[in-house]
Amino acid sequence: MEQATVLEMRGITKRFPGIVANDRVDFDLERGEVHAVLGENGAGKSTLMNILYGLYQADEGEIRVHGQPVSFSSAKDAIASGIGMVHQHFMLIPVMTVAENIVLAIEPTRRGVYFDPESAETRVAYLTRKFNFAIDPREPVENIGVGQEQRVEILKALYRSADILILDEPTAVLTPQEASELFQILRGLTREGMSVIFISHKLNEVLEIADRITVLRRGKKVDTVPREGATEESLARMMVGRDVLLEVEKTPGEAGDVLLEVEDLQVVDDRKLPAVRGVSFNVRAGEIVGVAGVDGNGQSELVEAITGLRRAESGEIKVGGAAIHHGSARKMLDAGVGHIPEDRQRRGLVLEFTIAENAELHDYNRPPASRWGWLFPGKFVEWAERLIAEFDIRGGRPGSKAAVLSGGNQQKLVAAREIARDPKVLIAAQPTRGLDVGAIEYLHRRLVDERDEGRGILLVSLELDEVLSLSDRILVIYEGKIVAEHGPDASEEEIGLEMLGGGRKDAA
Amino acid sequence: MSESLTPPPAPPEPEAPPTTLAGRLALYQRAGGIATPVATALLAFAISGLVVLATGHNPILAYRDIIRGAGLDWLLHPWRTNTVETAPYNLTQTLLQTTTLILTGLAVAFAFRCGLFNIGGQGQYFMGLFCANWVGVSMVGLARPAHILLAVALAALAGALWAAIAGFLKATVGAHEVITTIMLNWIAYWIGNYLFQQGGPLQGAANKPLNIPISGDVARSAKLPVFWGDPDLQGLHIGFFVAIAMLFVFWAILNRTRLGFEVRAVGYNPDAAAYGGIKVRTNYVRAMAISGAFAGLAGGLDMLGYLYHFGVSDVQASSIGFLGIAVALLGRNTAIGTGLAALLFGALLFGTTHGLQSNVIDPSLAGHLTEMIQGLVVLFVGADLLILSIWRARGRVRRQAAAGGPAK
Repeated sequence: MEQATVLEMRGITKRFPGIVANDRVDFDLERGEVHAVLGENGAGKSTLMNILYGLYQADEGEIRVHGQPVSFSSAKDAIASGIGMVHQHFMLIPVMTVAENIVLAIEPTRRGVYFDPESAETRVAYLTRKFNFAIDPREPVENIGVGQEQRVEILKALYRSADILILDEPTAVLTPQEASELFQILRGLTREGMSVIFISHKLNEVLEIADRITVLRRGKKVDTVPREGATEESLARMMVGRDVLLEVEKTPGEAGDVLLEVEDLQVVDDRKLPAVRGVSFNVRAGEIVGVAGVDGNGQSELVEAITGLRRAESGEIKVGGAAIHHGSARKMLDAGVGHIPEDRQRRGLVLEFTIAENAELHDYNRPPASRWGWLFPGKFVEWAERLIAEFDIRGGRPGSKAAVLSGGNQQKLVAAREIARDPKVLIAAQPTRGLDVGAIEYLHRRLVDERDEGRGILLVSLELDEVLSLSDRILVIYEGKIVAEHGPDASEEEIGLEMLGGGRKDAA
Repeated sequence: MSESLTPPPAPPEPEAPPTTLAGRLALYQRAGGIATPVATALLAFAISGLVVLATGHNPILAYRDIIRGAGLDWLLHPWRTNTVETAPYNLTQTLLQTTTLILTGLAVAFAFRCGLFNIGGQGQYFMGLFCANWVGVSMVGLARPAHILLAVALAALAGALWAAIAGFLKATVGAHEVITTIMLNWIAYWIGNYLFQQGGPLQGAANKPLNIPISGDVARSAKLPVFWGDPDLQGLHIGFFVAIAMLFVFWAILNRTRLGFEVRAVGYNPDAAAYGGIKVRTNYVRAMAISGAFAGLAGGLDMLGYLYHFGVSDVQASSIGFLGIAVALLGRNTAIGTGLAALLFGALLFGTTHGLQSNVIDPSLAGHLTEMIQGLVVLFVGADLLILSIWRARGRVRRQAAAGGPAK
């Protein structure tokens, strides 16, 4: 394979009002390599790629593709130069077939007018054979899984003759198995001479797939390093700018009394279809119980039922030994269930409310926050000041709107409010989603601390790594049922298989 | 290596877009500060001036006359308070309209703060008005304070119940409040036609033999004290102070009570409110009821303060409840904003119909000028929402780009 530089970006600078998103960033890509771009949220990864894909224009700097200087004013120009991008969120039309989606907007036609489905299918079939994609061109997209949808997106780029492929956080929506299949595909593509830019903030997968790694921090390039010699620790240090504790240090949990008991719980989703189908488990004091599963297998409905946000069809929920029937959100709060919701912006916070108002979102209706219906704003502020100090929330004062906080600090505010209410049971749903390494480290540490304080913690996460590193017991949920239970030393492969409905069901 | 945990330049994550119409409007309303409503009003006046110019008249003179017609020139000589003079008289008339508009504006604004678009101010106003007329005419023999208090309280209650129907339907079967309040407006309209028609239950006893479809006059004991001007010539009644007090009540309920906390939480984000332990549906009913109470109060005060009677033709001509929507929009759903917008629209309402001389503008156009300026203000309030939404969308793309989020 010839070593040729297919892409060069020199001195790319992009300014937005009040922020320099890219500051003299250099980047190059060689033929047949996977080059990872690594950085925290807001480090400038996506800005750089959007410039390359023609969605933004750089204020300064130059881009060369195959040695030729280029200037893209739209994604069309980038596609014409052989650059393809697969976004985090797929842009496919569910009712159309795989082949139709792939050829969309440049369809083969008969007599210049009529769509030619046979020709489209033939061409797509040729591509799937060439790159060894297991996918049926005639299948409607609504019938295929997320991993396959991603392949359709990749095929879309290949069909448009891309030889430079940008993948934006491609594994965020995949199970471990699907991710390793994706990596197989990427290796196949690079063997054929394609070059891949792989955007990620996950250290382990970058180390697995990338040939070279470029780290961005606060808009600047920190360094480009080869995979050989790089470690998760060294990369994390480059990303954050200081040493980061990647492994959660914890002693084995000492489980005490049962604090949360769920018995044969049945819950339906918004479309009235069964989402949780007869789930039973318990959480004891001083343990973290992790629920692992692929998104959409009933986790959200399970959490909403336990926290009183969704009426269960049948089954029983006991908190601290007392059964709670028809628990409203208020009843569950009063029973001692704390809840860090999976979507802090939609559920966890009223963004237009001040930090102080958000800090009292559950307790605004009782002293000291209010009495006889009358609020005491001074007490709100006092309470918020305590939380801000104790939980190290940065970027806002009690009177600032919650919206001005960064994602990590918003999540700290939610966690602070829930923990400071001294709950018996804390439900943490995707507590670190979208957060950067520093904030993840803090929240993980805090969850373990609260476990050691004797709370029972139910951790629901789509990140298998997170479940594995924090949990004392692991439940695997699949299609609304708990299909397996493991101790803390379970293997990632086994759980990954069970998350997809495979594996033994008698594991204990 | 002692950098902070989280990078300070990381901009806030973009907010999830609100899902309801009222939510969207309320969101844009919060952006832009005081500059946009002021610019909106000025722009409406400027364009209306161009229209006056196009008819061959001098817009400067027209506006001078409108200001005079609204009695705002009284401020130049505030010691002349006798309403025999033109300026003080005009001002009392403007403030009468302002009184009504403050309350119908608050009716819209309060629902807005709960994420509801209450278009039913007109119907709620009617119900308050009918109720006050009934109590004022029929329950004679009560002591004056008792009669007034009873009539006012029942008027507010009637408005509250009328609006609560829409809130209840939204909470139970999810019927959209925009649809139901419009329907309730029509029901109230036809109730009014029925009540005052020949032989209707509220037609005045003296009017029956004369075949006049107008109610009786409220009893002397139910009439509000007039503090400025002649009671027989539509003097300014103490309801004006009630309306001003309601601005403060509105602010205090929203910002200083549990109820207001819940209303605002539901208005901003019903999902987060439910998570906080707040009953979202209950708040829909309650917020609509309070909204309706404001509008019903407006109807009650108008009846007891200066109308005293009402007829079928009055029902068919009345639109002051609808103007409350424009007042709330221009006032951005705040107490102070609603007060100022009510004064502006009150002045327009009276100034355009009473101040314009035939040498300044064609008399046949004068009435239309009122509607035109009102229409343009409402249009521009709508347009400023559009401009703001575009502005915000741009900002969102930039922020996302800066945050490294997806750009679509």
